[in-house]
Amino acid sequence: MAKYVLQRVLYMVITMLVVVSVTFFLMKLIPGTPFSNASKLTPDQLNIMKEKYHLNDPVPVQYANYIWNMVKGDLGVSFQFNNTPVTELLSNRIGPSATLGAQSLLLGAVLGIILGVIAALKQNTWVDYTATFIAVVGKSVPSFIFAGLLQYYIAVKLQWLPVMFWRGPQYTILPTIALAMFSISIAARFMRTEMIDVLGSDYITLAKAKGASYFQISVKHALRNALIPVVTVLGPLAVSLMTGSLVIERIFGIPGLGEQFVKSITVNDYPVIMGTSILFAFLFVLIILVVDILYGVIDPRIRLSGGGK
Amino acid sequence: MKKSKFSLLLVFALVLSVFLSACSGSKTDTTKKTATKKETSNLAADQTLNMLESAEIPTMDSSMAQDVLSFTMLNATNEGLYRVDNHQNIIDGVADGKPVANADKTVYTIHLKKDTKWSNGDTVTAHDFVYAWQRAIDPKMATPYGPYYMEGTIKNATDIANGKKPVTDLGIKALDDFTLEVDLEKPVPYFQSYVTFQLFYPLNQKYVESQGKDYAKDASHILFNGPFKMTKWDGPTAQDWTLAKNDTYWDAKDVTLTTANFNVSKDPQASANAFEAGEADITPKLAQPSILSQYEGSKNLYRYMQPSVFWLKFNEQNPALKNADIRKAIALAIDKKALTTDVLANGSIPANFIVPKDFAKSDTTGKDFRADAGSYLETDKAQAADLWKKGLATIGKTSLTLNYIGQDTESAKKSDAFIKDQLEKTLPGLHITIASVPFNIKLDREDKQQYDLLFSGWGPDYQDPMTFMDLWTSDNQQQHMSYSDSQVDTLIKQAKVETDYTKRWQELQQAEKLILDTDAAIAPLYQRAANLLVADKVKGFVTHAVGPDYSLQWIKIVNTKK
Repeated sequence: MAKYVLQRVLYMVITMLVVVSVTFFLMKLIPGTPFSNASKLTPDQLNIMKEKYHLNDPVPVQYANYIWNMVKGDLGVSFQFNNTPVTELLSNRIGPSATLGAQSLLLGAVLGIILGVIAALKQNTWVDYTATFIAVVGKSVPSFIFAGLLQYYIAVKLQWLPVMFWRGPQYTILPTIALAMFSISIAARFMRTEMIDVLGSDYITLAKAKGASYFQISVKHALRNALIPVVTVLGPLAVSLMTGSLVIERIFGIPGLGEQFVKSITVNDYPVIMGTSILFAFLFVLIILVVDILYGVIDPRIRLSGGGK
Repeated sequence: MKKSKFSLLLVFALVLSVFLSACSGSKTDTTKKTATKKETSNLAADQTLNMLESAEIPTMDSSMAQDVLSFTMLNATNEGLYRVDNHQNIIDGVADGKPVANADKTVYTIHLKKDTKWSNGDTVTAHDFVYAWQRAIDPKMATPYGPYYMEGTIKNATDIANGKKPVTDLGIKALDDFTLEVDLEKPVPYFQSYVTFQLFYPLNQKYVESQGKDYAKDASHILFNGPFKMTKWDGPTAQDWTLAKNDTYWDAKDVTLTTANFNVSKDPQASANAFEAGEADITPKLAQPSILSQYEGSKNLYRYMQPSVFWLKFNEQNPALKNADIRKAIALAIDKKALTTDVLANGSIPANFIVPKDFAKSDTTGKDFRADAGSYLETDKAQAADLWKKGLATIGKTSLTLNYIGQDTESAKKSDAFIKDQLEKTLPGLHITIASVPFNIKLDREDKQQYDLLFSGWGPDYQDPMTFMDLWTSDNQQQHMSYSDSQVDTLIKQAKVETDYTKRWQELQQAEKLILDTDAAIAPLYQRAANLLVADKVKGFVTHAVGPDYSLQWIKIVNTKK
């Protein structure tokens, strides 16, 4: 197990390095400068600015410098936020995004799995159709529509919850629900399909023949086996949720990462683009590792140590 | 001495209040007066304002600021020599009276008030200005706006920015603690307005240098000398911040508001929702017709003309666009009225000019630049079609395909599609291909002149028509059109050194006529209006044309009946 994890960590580092390099060179292909007043500067003035930030160096030199600084733990300073260190920017912003993402993932996974299981157990009844309908709506209606509707009806009209901002637990409720809609439907759809598949398999028939109770069959045998593929979807979903949602963060005025990442690209804020990409890539490979390890826990067939290699 | 000064001020305040209530332009004088009275006695106990902004404050360092929000916050918390008041007039800030110019108007002497304070108790002196101005042009600082603003205006700025002279050679001297002398390269008729810009604000050298890199990193690393102090701001990434009245401000008695809370809201509909729920008293600017249509006619809708003009640029490297008839045909073919009322639907007005309306007033007559300037290139589809035929015949073609560079935002795409439709329907044989690109790429295409038609615009840098007019000279590095008219060059050159301001005005108006009426160098489209929502209880909110977006110091919160 330890050897496996170590090997995976090594792969992680290599993956990260590839991501960093590709992002760096792609980013340098975007035309323009990171200076927001570029349209007002003369070429001479622009040159002075570029000199100062070493943007006139050849791209490979800039790349080498960046990697060297990165190894030293220095991700540079942001252009759009007047020299705020990127590490500080990311650490300030990851909190709200991660909280919101974790909450909505939890809500989405729990509700989605319940919905999927019920739909599968009551296959082809009105319960199933209702659950499927909810899942289809959740998947096909974009989250900003839900966000807008929730904000308008629950916060503005009924005044049950605050309209926006990030000042306490009650402020997280509406964005969590809005963001969870997508994961609910993903989880529900997967769960239903897997559950139906499992329920039709031989070992369930055997369990039934052995006289196991309905509850035992559906929870102990069926649910556990049906969960495996769902874990696969939840991994990447977790990353995308935790690293922030552009629209949800905008609508509810949440100081998160999502908006930051998109904006940094449009304004050529190179250090922030790099910093955010590195963070995303890191979370991604990390979660994939966690998911792989979880497989072993859930599915005895994929135990990592002992037998096999 | 002190007493007589106070009584004088009191008299002045009384006179002013009578004058103001008289000229507010209400139907009957008596009702207005009682209304004013009611308003002041109706002041709410809680003078707190909750405001939304659409972005974070990038910096509170006045040398490094380059965006409207930074300018607005600096204008609220700090003060330069002069400031723009609630009637858009220039009033004294730290300066004590108007600047005194020498005979050829290139050297100004400015006296400072002797009792204005920094928030650490230090007195604001002439040396603070000298330090700030030198810091702004120091090549080591590489400030985004220093060279842009000072080069060619303040003595020796260009050489200092290029490292050829030391910063101490900059044309600003402290004659004593409270007297400044500013040495200019040329007469600057808009000098007072020019130095209201945040770049020219004083900086306390001892404090700034003691903070080093930490200067202005958050609210506790800045000094204030303006109407408000920033009491909470965690730095450039902060999504909320707070201003509180500065009791040591020299004019603190005229500031009613005690607290202003700011939050960032980037989504316009969410901002409107927060306003509806009473969580915000003032929203950021809202441009979406879908939101604005809900508030059309509402007394909460605050609409004002911005001094930003938008136009199509013609790239004259394209031989077809070198032809003035073709350019003029394109400029005349677009129904600007329909563009502003139906497509933009936000109060913007058609532009038949370069220098916007309600922007620059003449020093001699007090009249708006547009008042006695002409109106050019008004939509005329019949004439457009005629000129088009003539132009095509001259260049020997029957059809023409032009690349149009526009921005990739939703609203830009809508306007661009409208313009394409207008042009293709009015000018037979014209085919427009639109490329919708992000702002940065648009700038890049513009720099490299890789376009035929380019949707573009300009906002002023100082309150004078010249900020719009010197864009069109042959040697202007920001023109990017290969447009050249020696007559325009001569007129602008003259206007830049003209000391007879009436004549200068005429030269600028003449140049505008040449550029549009004769050359059709660009096709002006519209002047933009801004819209935001202001709650009933907020009185005295004022917006500005140049530099800061708005001022907070005249705001009063009143009781409203629900």
